[in-house]
Amino acid sequence: MAQSVLHQAGTRGHANHGWLESYHTFSFAGYYNADRMNFGALRVLNDDTVSGGMGFGKHPHDNMEIISIPLEGDLEHQDSMGNVAVIRKGDIQAMSAGTGIYHSEKNKNPNEKVKFLQIWIYPDQKNVTPRYDQLTLSMDDRHNKLQQVLSPNKDDDGIWIYQQAWFHIGKFNKGISTEYALKGGANSGVYAFILNGQVNINGQLLNTRDGFGVWDTDKLSITAESDAEFLLMEVPMKF
Amino acid sequence: MNKVNILVVGRHEQILQTVVRLINNNPEWHSVGALTDKDAIQLFSHEVFDLILLSSGIEPESEQNLRAYFTDHRPSVIIVQHYGGGSGLLTAEIYEALQGRMV
Repeated sequence: MAQSVLHQAGTRGHANHGWLESYHTFSFAGYYNADRMNFGALRVLNDDTVSGGMGFGKHPHDNMEIISIPLEGDLEHQDSMGNVAVIRKGDIQAMSAGTGIYHSEKNKNPNEKVKFLQIWIYPDQKNVTPRYDQLTLSMDDRHNKLQQVLSPNKDDDGIWIYQQAWFHIGKFNKGISTEYALKGGANSGVYAFILNGQVNINGQLLNTRDGFGVWDTDKLSITAESDAEFLLMEVPMKF
Repeated sequence: MNKVNILVVGRHEQILQTVVRLINNNPEWHSVGALTDKDAIQLFSHEVFDLILLSSGIEPESEQNLRAYFTDHRPSVIIVQHYGGGSGLLTAEIYEALQGRMV
């Protein structure tokens, strides 16, 4: 029988640093909640807003798959591998931190906010050679259907990471329904995050920025109760 | 009150320094870092550590040997893998480890 966990938007950790406002679904930095540590291999889901021209200075990472999904505005990335890139809504960026990498992230625009999700997934192997990748996706391919934006496979749709994880984004009109069949077998679970609108998943009504994890199941039933956009993150529950 | 004493072992010098600095920002914790197995064992044999954090770049054979050494010489020591290389997960990892809960 399917099991589930609901994290309503208002129960998330919150940090306001002036230039950065962040909501943490799971324990992160100064927010520690022993009941909110992870959902399987999904360890971090930060909902960040960065003021114009501001950003995260150069800082290190290791042994983590770090995915950024811009929701609004332009985010500039620079790293110790020499990558300089700007990502915006419709793009997805993945970084395998592996043995160690330094990077910075900055709001490219001086007068507009940038909003993005930063997602950390535990890798399925430690100490890989660091890598960076980004991809521009067709926004049409998520209209009233699920668009795969991430997988473990280099030759599959979307970006790839070192973990048995699959991400999909849907932008549904009110009343549109679909089913999501899990790809990873019995050890997989799905964490849904509602970007905006109302979505019903397996009978649970979810609102903007709610999170809902489901496991011990092989499919999800999804209905948009309003015009809505949402992200599904399938990850291993044991890893 | 005694500080929680933490040994961080990792091969990436800058990340090791960062992790040690971040830990030492907490007045209840004290940390030192070791880049090599030899340094780690030497530090371990001169100080009593409550917690060992294994950072990035440690080869599987080294990790196996270090875990065996630490556990043989101090069975109560807690050994955890540190993920992320910075401030994001560090605090929660240490709290969880000290409470006996580890991912």
